[in-house]
Formats: sequence, structure tokens, C-alpha cells
Amino acid sequence: MSIPLSAAEVLNREFLEVRCKLLEVAAALDRLERADGDVSDDPRMKRIQEALDLLNRHQGDRAEQLQLIFSRAYDEQWQAQYKISPR
Amino acid sequence: MDYFDPHIHMVSRITDDYETLAKMGCVGMSEPAFWAGFDRGSAESFRDYFRQLTEVEPKRAAQYGIQHYCWLCINAKEAENVTLSREVIKIIPEFLDKPNVLGIGEIGLNKNTRNEAIIFLEHLELAARYDQQILIHTPHLEDKYQGTRMILDMLLGDSRIEPSRVLVDHVEEHTIRPVLEKGFWAGMTLYPVSKCTPQRAADMVEMYGPERLMVNSAGDWGPSKPTAVPDFILEMRRRRHPESLIRKIVYENPLQFFSQSQNFRFTPRDAGVSQEVRAAR
Repeated sequence: MSIPLSAAEVLNREFLEVRCKLLEVAAALDRLERADGDVSDDPRMKRIQEALDLLNRHQGDRAEQLQLIFSRAYDEQWQAQYKISPR
Repeated sequence: MDYFDPHIHMVSRITDDYETLAKMGCVGMSEPAFWAGFDRGSAESFRDYFRQLTEVEPKRAAQYGIQHYCWLCINAKEAENVTLSREVIKIIPEFLDKPNVLGIGEIGLNKNTRNEAIIFLEHLELAARYDQQILIHTPHLEDKYQGTRMILDMLLGDSRIEPSRVLVDHVEEHTIRPVLEKGFWAGMTLYPVSKCTPQRAADMVEMYGPERLMVNSAGDWGPSKPTAVPDFILEMRRRRHPESLIRKIVYENPLQFFSQSQNFRFTPRDAGVSQEVRAAR
């Protein structure tokens, strides 16, 4: 299933909103720099940088990939580690 | 457009919300048992809560022509207390024959701990023993992906659980695919900040199609918007999606899913209208 709107229509509709959200991110990063202290080693900053890098890549699953950047890893062996087993 | 909110916590909302929802087209809702914002001290607190869900809320809803259903469990957050959880699970069967109970829910994980997983499995046992449908809560934010995968492992590990009778809620872009691919129903929760926006929910409909997909507000005591489903309807209309597609997601899909529950006896708003009148519309 596709979106009934054309790319031009989506852009017309979303341009100001995208601009606004990017501006909010830019301002928040500026705010971090202006504040006392240094959080450059905080692992959350690394994730934010990874997310920003991701947005520049040309691919169709940016939202899914960005979610994964901010997610804890899944370990297939978790049930053995927890010593539990489904019925 | 008539719609059904499959996940909303009306015990946390005022009566004016029922009126507003009715004005916006809400004709039915299902309310899963959840965390009250504090850990309850005894199983008797849950007994009172289950009475509220099965006796009080249906009456409040009916005043505005809304049909109210519910799900029973001890939520994942309080499941960390295994002793209390087992006491609560013991009293749930007392309520399963109440006319508005659809099944066991919202069970799931919160911080993906061993205790939460143990109590999740014990809820599955209860659901299987009493042939109940299941509504699943998936964790928040960074815990969601890991927790959803763990939940799917446990559901798929029990051959008695039919995926078509399980609704996995709060899916987002990184969890929707495995849920649908394994044959479960998926719910997208429309929240102001966390979870999903109406725009992203519409994106996921476009990417995955409307089958086994629903949207809900999960309106509760925290920042949330009980009228979020109409926001989704508006977003879909603004994208020029057909009314038939929107109606399938917000009305027909919930009815199809809930119809698998033995207690679901939904009466459409125009059930009393003759076929001639409907044909003339």
C-alpha cells in the first residue's frame, strides 16, 4: 500500500514541520554546549550522534533504524540466562 | 465515523471524557488492567479494581452510549512482586464470567526482568487454562525492542496460544514487523511524546497494510490524549485514504478481533435500523 499523496504534496505539507523539528534539535544541541559541564562522554550523546548520521543516509527505513539506535540489544539466549522455559 | 478504542484506561478519566469521546464517534472501548501510578499493597486492592472495571465503568460508559469491555491481570510493573502477583492471578477467575471481560491483559514486560517473565508465563497459563484472549503490553522506549522479542519468544513457545487471539500493543517501527509476521494482531498507541504519533501510525498502515492492525489512545492518568483515535482518522483523511480503509482499522478490525472472545456481544449503533432505511441512506 502506498501513500495517495505525491512527493511534492508531502513536502508542501511537511516542510515547515520538518524545519521546526530540526530547529528544535539544533537548539537543544546548542543548549547542551552552553550549559556548564561536559557530557561528550555520556553514551546518550553517542546515540544522538549516531541518529544524526543516520538521517543523512538515503534509505527507506530511517524511523526503524533510529528506533534501534535507542534500543537495548536483544539476546536470543535470554531464557537460558534467566533459567526459565515456556511451556 | 463510528470507532472503537481498543485500549483506554477510563478509570483514570473523568466522566466528561466519556461525553467527549461519544461526541467524536466512539461507540465501544476495551480497558486493560494496568498500573495505577503506585504499587498496590494487597490482592484485595486488585479485587476492588476488578470490580471497578467490571461493574462501575460499564455503567459510566453506557450513559453515553459507549459499550465498555475490559481485560484483567496484574500489570508488568507490579509483577516484580511475585508473591503479590500470584495472589492476584488466583482471584482473576472469579471475574472471567462477568459480561464485559474479554480476556487476560495487559500482561507483558516493563524492565524485562526475570520476575516479570515468570509472572508473564503464569498469566499465559491462566489464559490457556480458561481459553481466554490475551492483550499484551510491550515495554517503553529503550526496553521496547528487547522486551517485545522476549514476549514473542514466550508466546511462540507455548503451543496452546493462538497468535490470532493475541493483541500485541504499543508496537512501533522497530517492533511491528515481527509481531505481524508471526500472525499476531498489532496495536499502535497514539501518545503525545512517547510511543507513536497519528502521522507515524498512518505511515505504518501504508507500509504494512491494514490487516490485523489497530490504533488506540491508551488514555490514562499520565500525559495522554483520549481523543487520539479521531486524530488518526483525520490524518488518514488528509492523506486522501478511502473511508473504507480508515473504518477497517478503527472499527472493523477491533470488532473482528474481539469477536473471538466469548463475552463480546457488541451491538452496532444502527442495529435497530431496518435494512430498507439503511439501503435508502
